Amino acid sequence: MTVPIACRPDETFVLNLGPQHPATHGVLRVKLTMDGEYIVKAEPVLGYIHRMHEKMAEAGNFAQFMPNTARMDYLHALAFNHGYALTVERAAGIEVPERAEYIRVITVELNRIASHLLWWAAFVLDLGGFTPLLYAFDDREIILDLLERVTGSRLTYCYFRFGGVYNDIDDEFIEGTLAFIKRLRSRMPRIYHDLVTHNIILRKRLEGIGIITPEQCRKYGATGPVLRGSGVSYDIRKNEPYSVYPEFDFEIPVYHECDSMARYMVRMDEMEQSMRIIEQALERLPEGPVKAKVPKILKPPAGDYYAAVETARGSFGCRLVCDGGKAPYRLKLRSPTFSNLSLFGEVAEGMLLADALGFMGSLDLVIPEIDR
Amino acid sequence: MSIAEDIRIALLDLFPEQAEREAKKRAAAEIAARTADEDNPEAVIEAAAAEMETMELQPDAQEESEDGGRKPGIVVTDYQSRGAHVDVFCNPDQVVEAATILDRNGFFLETISGVDWIKEDRLEVIYDYSISGSELCRVVVRTFISRSEPKIDTISEIFPGADWHERETHDFYGIEFVGHPCLEPLLLPEDADFHPLLKDFKP
Repeated sequence: MTVPIACRPDETFVLNLGPQHPATHGVLRVKLTMDGEYIVKAEPVLGYIHRMHEKMAEAGNFAQFMPNTARMDYLHALAFNHGYALTVERAAGIEVPERAEYIRVITVELNRIASHLLWWAAFVLDLGGFTPLLYAFDDREIILDLLERVTGSRLTYCYFRFGGVYNDIDDEFIEGTLAFIKRLRSRMPRIYHDLVTHNIILRKRLEGIGIITPEQCRKYGATGPVLRGSGVSYDIRKNEPYSVYPEFDFEIPVYHECDSMARYMVRMDEMEQSMRIIEQALERLPEGPVKAKVPKILKPPAGDYYAAVETARGSFGCRLVCDGGKAPYRLKLRSPTFSNLSLFGEVAEGMLLADALGFMGSLDLVIPEIDR
Repeated sequence: MSIAEDIRIALLDLFPEQAEREAKKRAAAEIAARTADEDNPEAVIEAAAAEMETMELQPDAQEESEDGGRKPGIVVTDYQSRGAHVDVFCNPDQVVEAATILDRNGFFLETISGVDWIKEDRLEVIYDYSISGSELCRVVVRTFISRSEPKIDTISEIFPGADWHERETHDFYGIEFVGHPCLEPLLLPEDADFHPLLKDFKP
């Protein structure tokens, strides 16, 4: 099926996918050189919503950059909050109270489920299934309501502070979260798996398509479900434990098939693992303050620091260079899908156009995070 | 031996002077342990072992030159406070060799960042490496290039993923990666002739 049809080289043509295309989820353009239905060369063109976050970081003080982090990966905004907070806390040597760490983990994992639900909905929509989107958005809505209760916003959260979180969680949030987990667990096998995962049409479009070898992942620096779908067990939460993750019992789903279906399965299984983490965290939630006493203007000592977190799409890292002033001298944001997308060109070669769209969906792209 | 120590020793190929210095120290420690064997064997061996450990794990004081700047070499950094295990400071023409060594040892490239040190009139290029599928180890490779003629060799042949990171760094700092296949603006507009992260950039 994927054997290219022999054509004269001059018979190729250029096809623009995007920048406005439903399957690119945002404004990504891919310049495709086509040989009939087959891709000869795929060149992603980025930068349509580039906002120069790294320059903005240098303009304000440390706290002023926090809202920007949520505007990169708007689907897993809390993880980006977390990554930036961790870096600055490492630089300034700030200790976070235990209750705040637990709340961070709970909200980040809830946000991860919301992110995976939206990916799932949009991914199945790309492949032509409309109904699953409505089911997933129904569930995701509950998470948004829960998070709105504690963070005050529905999408671009700015909930974390250096040394803790902005707001404590209440009983209603805890009850709502437990009820949500119960609901999603009961819906997962029937609606998510029976309707979609075991669907023969979906499987035919994903199995054996978009093979990414572990070596390719390494050469391109791919992380997250893309790497775990290629059989490498690498998750920052386990490999480079931060916050209170080591205290929880959870697994890292790994699939060895290296295809789009493997990446799909990794994300589906991760939702269950996130629910396990939230349950354990809520059960052991300690009492105490949710924010340490931290000066309003931070002046970390000169030097450079790195911290990474696991977001829904892979490893997000901040390299922070300080010169002893009240603003970051340089803040480099390592976003996961930037690296994940960079292997698209190599893998998509020789693929059918329709398969490439399914493959692109399986990478779970969030364009604002690539463009920054 | 930990992976951080393994890669540190592999990277010592880049710095024959430091390697020689360490080999001498190790030999001296061994001789001291052997000659004093008869008097009080245990204490001496312990002292030698302690010396070896400090040599391996403590940042090397000799790396600081007289004017306070750092000399090329490898230091072991404290992971808890810095977020990296091994910090390599090399000459600009050694980044490709460093990348080759790291590639051979199974590392992957996390990111490339530029830093504009306008007061010292130079640009810093920082390469962050990490490893998956084994014990945690983060390696930083850094180098300085002149601000007036920012040129450095590309590592995109070793790590194809570096292609975009280098294009991005070229966008923001105007650093020319010699040998890069396509150094066109990636995130900036296609006709951009400015480099916004330079400290003297005026919009």
